[in-house]
Amino acid sequence: MSDNHSTADLKKHIRTYMLVFLALLVGTAITVGLYYVHFESVALTVSIAMFVASIKSFLVAGFFMHLISEKKAIYAMLLTTAVFFVSLMFLTIWAMHDYPVIKP
Amino acid sequence: MEIPYTVEARKDTGLYNAKVGIWLFLASEVMLFGALFSSYILLRVGAASGDWPAISLAWPHGLLNIPIGTFNTAVLISSSITVVMAWASLKMHDFGKFKLYMGLTLLCALGFVSIKTYEYHEKFTHYEVRLKDGKIMTGHIQGSPMFWDLKTLADKKITTLDFHPDAAKQAAKAGEAPAAKEHAKHAPIPVGEITYLSSFVPKHHTFFAIYFTLTALHALHVIGGALVMAFLWLPGAKMWKTDPERFTNRVETAGLFWHFVDLVWIFLFPVLYLL
Repeated sequence: MSDNHSTADLKKHIRTYMLVFLALLVGTAITVGLYYVHFESVALTVSIAMFVASIKSFLVAGFFMHLISEKKAIYAMLLTTAVFFVSLMFLTIWAMHDYPVIKP
Repeated sequence: MEIPYTVEARKDTGLYNAKVGIWLFLASEVMLFGALFSSYILLRVGAASGDWPAISLAWPHGLLNIPIGTFNTAVLISSSITVVMAWASLKMHDFGKFKLYMGLTLLCALGFVSIKTYEYHEKFTHYEVRLKDGKIMTGHIQGSPMFWDLKTLADKKITTLDFHPDAAKQAAKAGEAPAAKEHAKHAPIPVGEITYLSSFVPKHHTFFAIYFTLTALHALHVIGGALVMAFLWLPGAKMWKTDPERFTNRVETAGLFWHFVDLVWIFLFPVLYLL
């Protein structure tokens, strides 16, 4: 976030923070509500839960952590992190196919 | 010697140094929690199909208290808004409001840790019992002791275990006949019949191992963040009088860490409690 703020700018930001706060509470309610809706597919259940969590995390990172208006140096750092994180998850999904099936 | 770039931005990064530092730290934290999430996924997909506890290697469902978890999520989200408001108050030169919002953040942190402690206690007093006839039950021991196992029973020379199976609660919820409820409410078990006894501790099942690892690491982050903010709220706040911009930057970096802790919980909650 730009380091120079006028009071008027900050008041506008505060309104945004409040809206994000409400959106996060609504997102939590949706996540819990979906738990009681039984979807046939496990993959669909996981996808919806992760989708809602991703939107919530975008709101926290974007607005509370000011990532939507940060300096390039931070984006560069996070891009590196994202590459390693995605690689780690890719390896995890790859390894899932090698997992032995445990029979009860 | 004066520490450079505590307030003014470096020309190459466009940022004051603490901000670069906290983001580098958070990047490493992403990988730490990422590795544990990866472990969770592999343990989860590697679990046997079927219903736990009848199938001991199956993945347990519904063991965590969803209303409490939801409330704790709301507490942590609330602390995120209060910490960003504390920073905004300083930017608007309103030190009084900063004190108020930071105090509220600390209250939320205390609330979160207290609720988590209660949830842990619930798990440490919840047991699985396996009997010689192959019957498996989950429930509570009379008096709600923690961490009992067969050795504890032998050490305490207990001959009959006063056990309250979860089936009693389930029968009550299902609205079964009072006689059935009464029958299920209390089950004295001769210790000689028990082949296995364990509370819901990490060694009991891979679910509890990963649950306690993830949530305890997260709780340590909450406690660490709360300690830093308590410092900024009380003794560290003196800096506001001598170097207000540097103090505001300190609050911002502490806030960034706090938001990250919230962000991790946003994923932990559905993964552990709901899926």
